[in-house]
Amino acid sequence: MSSTKATLRVWRGDAGQGQLTDYQVEANEGEVVLDILHRLQATQAGDLAVRWNCKAGKCGSCSMEINGRPRLACMTRMSTFEPGEPITLTPIRTFPVIRDLVTDVSFNYAKAREIPSFTPDPAIRPGEFRMQQVDVARSQEFRKCIECFLCQNVCHVIRDHPENERAFAGPRFLMRIAELEMHPADTADRREIAQDDFGLGYCNITKCCTEVCPENIKITDNALIPMKERVVGRKYDPLVWLGSKIGRRPHHDTPAVPGKRT
Amino acid sequence: MSEISRLSYDVVVIGAGGSGLRAAIEARQAGKKTAVISKSLFGKAHTVMAEGGCAAAMGNVNPNDNWKVHFRDTMRGGKFLNNWRMAELHAQESPDRVWELEAWGALFDRTPDGKISQRNFGGHAYPRLAHVGDRTGLEMIRTLQQKVVALQQEDARERGDPEAMIKIFAETTITRLITDGGRIAGAFGYLRDTGALVLFEAPAVILATGGIGKTFKYTSNSWEYTGDGHALALLAGATLMNMEFVQFHPTHMVWPLSVRGLLVTESVRGDGGVLRNSEGKRFMFNYVPDVFRAQYAETEEEADRWYTDPDHNRRPPELLPRDEVARANNAEVKAGRGSPHGGVFLDIASRRPAEEILRRLPSMYHQFKELADVDITKEPMEVGPAQHYVMGGVEVDPDTAVSQLPGLFAAGEVSGGMHGSNRLGGNSLSDLLVFGRRAGLGAAAYLDSLAARPVVGDAEAAAAVAEAEAPLERAAGENPYTVHAELQQTMSDLVGIIRREDEIKTALTELEGLRARVAQVKAEGGRAYNPGWHLALDLRNVVLIAECVAQAALERQESRGGHTRDDFPEMSPEWRKVNLICSLDGDRVTLRRQPMPPMRADLMALFDRDELAKYYTKEELPAADPAPAEETK
Repeated sequence: MSSTKATLRVWRGDAGQGQLTDYQVEANEGEVVLDILHRLQATQAGDLAVRWNCKAGKCGSCSMEINGRPRLACMTRMSTFEPGEPITLTPIRTFPVIRDLVTDVSFNYAKAREIPSFTPDPAIRPGEFRMQQVDVARSQEFRKCIECFLCQNVCHVIRDHPENERAFAGPRFLMRIAELEMHPADTADRREIAQDDFGLGYCNITKCCTEVCPENIKITDNALIPMKERVVGRKYDPLVWLGSKIGRRPHHDTPAVPGKRT
Repeated sequence: MSEISRLSYDVVVIGAGGSGLRAAIEARQAGKKTAVISKSLFGKAHTVMAEGGCAAAMGNVNPNDNWKVHFRDTMRGGKFLNNWRMAELHAQESPDRVWELEAWGALFDRTPDGKISQRNFGGHAYPRLAHVGDRTGLEMIRTLQQKVVALQQEDARERGDPEAMIKIFAETTITRLITDGGRIAGAFGYLRDTGALVLFEAPAVILATGGIGKTFKYTSNSWEYTGDGHALALLAGATLMNMEFVQFHPTHMVWPLSVRGLLVTESVRGDGGVLRNSEGKRFMFNYVPDVFRAQYAETEEEADRWYTDPDHNRRPPELLPRDEVARANNAEVKAGRGSPHGGVFLDIASRRPAEEILRRLPSMYHQFKELADVDITKEPMEVGPAQHYVMGGVEVDPDTAVSQLPGLFAAGEVSGGMHGSNRLGGNSLSDLLVFGRRAGLGAAAYLDSLAARPVVGDAEAAAAVAEAEAPLERAAGENPYTVHAELQQTMSDLVGIIRREDEIKTALTELEGLRARVAQVKAEGGRAYNPGWHLALDLRNVVLIAECVAQAALERQESRGGHTRDDFPEMSPEWRKVNLICSLDGDRVTLRRQPMPPMRADLMALFDRDELAKYYTKEELPAADPAPAEETK
């Protein structure tokens, strides 16, 4: 088995300040970036902060920027780099640094709590749901999401624009709204709040989120664009508008959850 | 002494995987103020890695299935060492727990008539595993996570604070349970991001910390699996049972080395995949043990017919319980018929169309493609056994999940008894739900019966602080990563899949030395998000639990399920009557034998006498000519 030295250029620091520090670390055939970080911890930098969990691409913990690209460290093979090429590892940029490669992703958990939850018909008892595979497949694609938040990190609406964070939930949570909207057993209507409270309109479908998704979910094509179409149907259709004005079709939108930061 | 924040809760759930979240939901729904402690971020716990499915006898695919069949399969899989009451509750309640998830938003794969689809798995007589492709664990944890959020939204509406009744403490680790007069009074720990110390004052603690994988070198388990709950229970005065039973799942990636131990789901075999050796031979036909001979096919033709006509053919031997398949894989490699990287071949490419493989096993396709450059629709996978699960755990009451220590509950992998000597695939996710819920109910009932809240004494709190800070404050000491790696090597080499008396004794001697070294490790750096410090504290648990496993493995002189003794290869009916109980005497691990309570007659009557005779002593068997085993509900 061939063993070589890799040069890692790792961002070390905390919320205050930090700098890139160079390390030479042994690397073996077949290894991924996270292996090298573990070896670095074990041999040279025991206190290097790296968030990880499953090391199998299933939990979405080890998100970082590898040579500037948002990626999972556990799914980035060392063989994708030129031998001898320094590999620069920095924390994901959109969220505040806690320490080294670990960031504070609490923004995402706050947004998750603002979206009205799954709302089934109360008349259907557990065990009585009947859904066809073709109907659940759309939401199932979005439920593959491992919440690595790479899409949140790369989205230009909030990357370098913290002022938009209040009004924009980010691709992951706009996709969550789409998932609930397309759930065959859900009865709530989140179309108006998708636009008004969660900022669907900010998305101008540049597909950066789709490009970085480690689960290859077609976030833009399958979640965001169809959601935009549904919102247009709800908010801007003149007949729907007229109906709501003359009281024939009163609003049935699910209100945003109380406590939402507005 | 460093400053500690004191927080008051009714219930503290340690662990935020399937069992922890299910327990927390139940406790909150019973009106108890609940804290959930998670070593990782919310929604990242080890449950996300579960692939194949959640076993529940809903009978959606084969209407002959019911709880009695599931109960029988579970007892057989565990070689009748299971706590039969737990196996009974589990088989009876799993369907309701799965349906409940659906009502909370889970989207399982469907049957043509719109019900939850169910797939075949090792040791299960009928297609029984509710699943979502090969990412079932992710669906479960996300559903439970979203149910917690839904409850928090309710609390925001009704109480003005989403965290009024249930709060997640993400990236928080508990290092000590604190007792008062022989009952639980609280839990002490630290927040990973800042290193701040925190004391939870709570009369009820539910352990839901999962397993002990990081005791071994090659494991499918995540870093969190350092036996925390097992060790916390032991240190607080509770007991562990049957710690010798460690599951080595038969199919993990063996190459590249960096991903050695990464799980390859049993669904590959459930969906038609077969194991072959370097000669291309389907070798599992040579490894069907006597106790299972009647239920498994003897020819490839019969085995292949079973997939489409299970009522008239016997099951392929690739679907034997995991312990049998793991030993077979191990034996083929030892006999020199292994794959180039020391595994065996798992072949689905020649058995199913590429389109079907991609649809049913998307994560496996992705995993092999990304990490090993192997296209599983075109070539076989190289696989081998690795540590996957521990059947042993905290000794609990089956109905309420309470341990031997009042106020301390345990559910999921950290609890013992349910799976006997070997767990069937799919029975873990259902275990989490059934006993997570029961632990939540048990804790709520315990709180209602409590006259006065126990109190956390200052001395105990101070001792916990000193212990947690020690690795940071030591002037010098060993590197925790080095000690951990040596410990894992020792356990894998000497108390692994095949065990012998002399090797286990060597391990125990080495562990004594390692325990002394663990007590002297030094963490460099500060308190904020310092993985070296975190590992230094986790190591106390790893080495303590390793000793429990080794001691129990030495004591049990037979081979059964997840405990294989080269020097005692037979399964012994006498040993089936024995549970091995670990406790702490001062800082010494002690072991005692405890008789297994006899199975209730109505459950015993579900088995043929001939089958029971393979496991039980003559004296234990029911009188001859019993009523025939009942097949329907």
